Amino acid sequence: MSATTPKIALRDLKKRFGDKRVLTGLDLVVAPGESIVVIGGSGTGKSVLIKCIMGLLQPDEGSIRIDGEEVVGMRGSEREKVMRKFGMLFQSAGLFDSLTVWENVAFGLIQAQGMARDEAKAVAHEKMAQVGLGEEVGALSPAELSGGMKKRVGLARAIATDPEIIFFDEPTTGLDPIMGDIINDLIIDCVKELGATALTITHDMASARKIGDRIAMLFGGEIIWDGTVDEVDRADNPYVEQFINGLAEGPIQAATA
Amino acid sequence: MPVLAPIGRVFLAFLAATGRLGTFAMTGVSHCARPPFFPRLIGHQMVEIGYFSLPVVGMTAIFTGMVLALQSYTGFARFNAESAIAAVVVLSITRELGPVLAGLMVAGRIGAAMAAEIGTMRVTEQIDALTTLSTNPFKYLVAPRLIAAVAMLPCLVVFADIIGVFGGYLISVYKLGFNPNTYLKLTWDFLEPLDVISGLVKAAVFGFLVALMGCYHGYHSKGGAQGVGLATTNAVVSASILILAFNYIITALFFGT
Repeated sequence: MSATTPKIALRDLKKRFGDKRVLTGLDLVVAPGESIVVIGGSGTGKSVLIKCIMGLLQPDEGSIRIDGEEVVGMRGSEREKVMRKFGMLFQSAGLFDSLTVWENVAFGLIQAQGMARDEAKAVAHEKMAQVGLGEEVGALSPAELSGGMKKRVGLARAIATDPEIIFFDEPTTGLDPIMGDIINDLIIDCVKELGATALTITHDMASARKIGDRIAMLFGGEIIWDGTVDEVDRADNPYVEQFINGLAEGPIQAATA
Repeated sequence: MPVLAPIGRVFLAFLAATGRLGTFAMTGVSHCARPPFFPRLIGHQMVEIGYFSLPVVGMTAIFTGMVLALQSYTGFARFNAESAIAAVVVLSITRELGPVLAGLMVAGRIGAAMAAEIGTMRVTEQIDALTTLSTNPFKYLVAPRLIAAVAMLPCLVVFADIIGVFGGYLISVYKLGFNPNTYLKLTWDFLEPLDVISGLVKAAVFGFLVALMGCYHGYHSKGGAQGVGLATTNAVVSASILILAFNYIITALFFGT
């Protein structure tokens, strides 16, 4: 594999639900080790984008390449092999409420990698420590955790299998600003330690500026602006300008968002 | 014709729903037969479906047997045919009432619980999380429930048969004054292996239907708490109707000629 092969390459990606066209020909390239943040209003298709890359949704048209390998239409063991490269922190954390915290963190190790439970428990405790959770939390059920702790557990689970690509779906949503910043720091530390590629979707600009090397703006089903974090404040794009400043007036109408 | 269009739409929607259900069932069954298996989950579901349903199935069966003996006596006494009570009770319980009532009780208790649990997992992104952790939701959620329900319903029906016949015995002996030995001899003489076998076949089919409906409606639930509630209702109603319909079909196959 060439060193210049993008980790993720999306080309002309289209997805519609009934009459609603969500992605209308999206192009995006993410380099290995890069942390990209996709910003955009609610309902612009950010979550659909991640779900298409992860294979949770099937795109109608277009190409998704992971490490240069086309994954659209991929099934069975080949798909599972690609899925092992992924980790994901869900917006709601997506913890299994029938399992304890440590079982949640160790789930991928036990089920996907076939690791023995004792060994997986030790790894789970190690990952929990990495996100600032003590071993005593491991025996709790997700229902006993606060929102911030759930995100930490979700993050520990996302990094437990040492994935090559980590997706973060609105990582700071529902958290107070201080907890949001703590989660941002944890994300940066975890991604750096693993040397992973990260794709984050958010509409929290503080989070986007802190986590990302690069920011891309999704609007109207496609990426309308793409640049470094430093460039975003100088972007000569009225859509980006309106979004990052949170202005009601501008080309983005609330009805379309 | 404006009258035909809505009828056509309903018919097409029915065909589409039938196709979706058929595909779901085939996918679920195929995962029951292919490794990896989850023995812990299957065991857990067996306990949930079998052991914890014993009280409700037992109570239903004993009262049904008692009522059956009492009503049969009221009717048969007019023709001096009281001796047929033992035959009526044992044949009604083993062929029809045991499997149907156990099926309906389990549909209410287990089908609803399955739909609610899987539906909640769907709307809280837990099913998506399973996929991202390289675990097929059909294998982890659907297959163990199908296997456990098909295995445990016949066990419950054997239990219901015994308890139901015992209910009839109690009323016949202690209220109607039958000789205990004569009642048991008549019960045993009238009972054919096919009566029990047909009931057990029905039970296995009903178990499959209950688990299938619970998993199907839960898996496809959407829209938060309201969607989960609707999925639960649909699971119970559809399983109950299918149990009654398949009861007729299996009865016709066994005893139609």
